Amino acid sequence: MAGANRGITDLTAGKIAIKARGITKVFHGAGNAAFKALDRVSVSIRENEFFTLLGPSGCGKTTLLRLIAGFEYPDEGEILLDGKDIALLTPHQRPVNTVFQSYALFPHMTVGENIGFGLEMLGKPRREIAARVDEMLRLVRMEALKDRRTSQISGGQQQRVALARALAPQPKVLLLDEPLSALDYKLRKEMQVELKRLQHETGITFIFVTHDQEEALTMSDRIAVMSGGSILQVGTPREIYDSPDKRFVADFIGEANFLPATVLSASGDAAKVALGAGAEIVAGLPHGERPDGKVTVMVRPEHAEIASGTSGATLAGTLESAVYLGTDTHLNVRLGDGSSFVVRRQNDRCTEAGFVPGMPIGVLIRDGAAQVLKY
Amino acid sequence: MARRYSVQRQRGFTLIALFCFVLLYLPMVTLVAYAFNAGISTSNWEGVSLRWFHAAAANERIIDATLRSLTIAPIAGLIATVAATMAALATTRTAPYPGLTFKYAFINQPLMVPEIVTAVALLVVFSQVKVWTGYSGLGYLIAAHTAFCIPFAYLPIKARLETMDLTLERAAADLYARPWMVFRRVTLPLLWPGILAGFMLAFVVSLDDVVITEFVKSAGQETLPTYMLGQLRRQATPEMNAISTVFLGLSIAVVTLFFFLSRRKD
Repeated sequence: MAGANRGITDLTAGKIAIKARGITKVFHGAGNAAFKALDRVSVSIRENEFFTLLGPSGCGKTTLLRLIAGFEYPDEGEILLDGKDIALLTPHQRPVNTVFQSYALFPHMTVGENIGFGLEMLGKPRREIAARVDEMLRLVRMEALKDRRTSQISGGQQQRVALARALAPQPKVLLLDEPLSALDYKLRKEMQVELKRLQHETGITFIFVTHDQEEALTMSDRIAVMSGGSILQVGTPREIYDSPDKRFVADFIGEANFLPATVLSASGDAAKVALGAGAEIVAGLPHGERPDGKVTVMVRPEHAEIASGTSGATLAGTLESAVYLGTDTHLNVRLGDGSSFVVRRQNDRCTEAGFVPGMPIGVLIRDGAAQVLKY
Repeated sequence: MARRYSVQRQRGFTLIALFCFVLLYLPMVTLVAYAFNAGISTSNWEGVSLRWFHAAAANERIIDATLRSLTIAPIAGLIATVAATMAALATTRTAPYPGLTFKYAFINQPLMVPEIVTAVALLVVFSQVKVWTGYSGLGYLIAAHTAFCIPFAYLPIKARLETMDLTLERAAADLYARPWMVFRRVTLPLLWPGILAGFMLAFVVSLDDVVITEFVKSAGQETLPTYMLGQLRRQATPEMNAISTVFLGLSIAVVTLFFFLSRRKD
């Protein structure tokens, strides 16, 4: 049963737009200090895909984006665009456009001139540029502001102009470098929907860089989780969230409980494991892995339940605190071995929770709710 | 009643400020006032007249010197500004490297070496060149003015470049602009106020120069400042005041013009 809805990533689906192979990038700081921003990174990004590079700052996601844009050159490896190596081409030679974090709109040009700039540089005829600029303004719903200066429009509008400017030359791939980070919460939510719509309407491959896991989960077709210059896992939002194969991935995206366990038997993509406290459960296995012996299993707080009695519980402990969060209640349980475990329970108006700190409480982990980690 | 303490109110500040203003502006006010003196003295007031302005305007030697100054200053200013723009681009559009500070010093040399040293050096070298080539035209003055104008043009351009967002140039390159187009369509328009300021400074500095000009000029190559200096050695008449007043008015006009031009560009 475990991992039945996991949907293994099928690499044959869709043509590959960008393929990075063995990319290494080292930055040389002052003196002899060298920083390996990317360490033999390989990834394939499909055509017409909303692909997100997700990770904490310094993980190498922006460096990878800049290598694809041509603002940096790799020390090793190749970047294939439609099968052609573009790793050493200058930015103006690549059919790739960027939406910058700071938008980088030209302050001495109007909104319309900004959007038409790329087409003008490509030597398109005047009439075609004008038509395309109007089309882009319609696409981002900014028709009325065509002749404004970029300093006369709001941050959200600047964001739209930056998008229109980068989309106007119809690039093969659009690169987005944390473009929503400067917007306030409400606008950011709006732009998330807007970006998804633009990607759908234009059919252009989007490569999106963010450190915001929620943003990544809501918008992406696939996510690559990065850390320390490497890609740890690539998968759909659901694969990344439900079946992370490494502790870092599980920890970085959402919340997670980690439990020591021993593998008893494995078949297919599931294994029977014995938890430290003795209970046996069926947990999902990382894709293509067959670990044995001591492992760590991960359980999302909302995938665990509170057992009605302590007898049928997977784990037994005492309730340390119950934190009411409106939609949910977070129950912090102190387990027998002293570690803590969080259960997230959705609230309703009808039942009184009746949780009192200090009371004995049982946690139920159903078969398939847990995931075995590679490391 | 004890007054509340404020750093803006300190004993004696008003007095010092007044003293500085008097020192700065009293000579200028006197100069301008005596330009309108009806008499020949620059210290005894004898009534209002435009006599000395008319005299200056009719003086062929003054006209000749003025035209020469107004030939040298724009040419030297223009060449210096072009060189300074290139130097500023080369020293800011790069990662810091050992020797960069030395380059700054190298470019700004005319600001640090005493002018008299440069003047003597140029005199020695140019007199040799004059002998070899037989050429004794304005080229020497233009070359010398260009050289000492470069740092004055360089500093405002560099300052402007340093505050300019590099991402804009990157964005232009990303949008298929070749390096030359990036410069022409993005860097240059944004740099323009800095270039204009650099040119104005260079122009004024060239117009004003006495020491180097005095040493480098060939016979009959008076500029306005060297002519005035020569006249003052003989007899100081309000004619000098009149010329200076026109000069003052001109520089105020230039600075005001620049102020409005740069504001419009921003």
